[in-house]
Amino acid sequence: MDVNLIFKIAAIGIVIAVLNNVLIRSGREEMAMMTTLTGIVVFLMMVISLISRLFDTVRTMFQL
Amino acid sequence: MDIMQIVALGIITAILSTILKEYRPEFALKLSIVAGLVIFISLLGRFNQILEVLKGYAVKANIDILYFSTILKVIGIAYITEFGAQICRDAGEGSIASKIEFAGKVLIMAIAVPIYAALFDIILKIMP
Repeated sequence: MDVNLIFKIAAIGIVIAVLNNVLIRSGREEMAMMTTLTGIVVFLMMVISLISRLFDTVRTMFQL
Repeated sequence: MDIMQIVALGIITAILSTILKEYRPEFALKLSIVAGLVIFISLLGRFNQILEVLKGYAVKANIDILYFSTILKVIGIAYITEFGAQICRDAGEGSIASKIEFAGKVLIMAIAVPIYAALFDIILKIMP
């Protein structure tokens, strides 16, 4: 049970929202874009193992 | 794991998601994906126990293992399809969601063909 993962992702989202706002205010639109992209990549790294675990367990459990 | 924990997890995720939705709607979507994954993975152990019991009774009752595994496969496909379609619908892509559901229906029909075939064989045998 990884409740921590949910908190981590919410925290990443909030931090990236703040960073995005600050960077846009200071006129660095491309940096803001890059931070958003980085956030998405970090999220995918965290979650992709979870998704593959789900698919694997469903596949073995239901003999698909 | 307890039902209380799952409900609490859902409520916390909903609160965080509404906070995030204002600023970053895509992260709210990711949060809901992760909540679904965590809840399902935490339920897998219980589900496995139920399946073991059901399998034991199926073997005892001399049911053809083909039928039992077909039913299991149908349940698995239905669950995975529902999961993917629900995520797409949360992301606002209703058309992709309905296509995923359509694919799930077709695959379930394809898997259930042996059962149809057995049923039709019986019907043809009964009919003169």
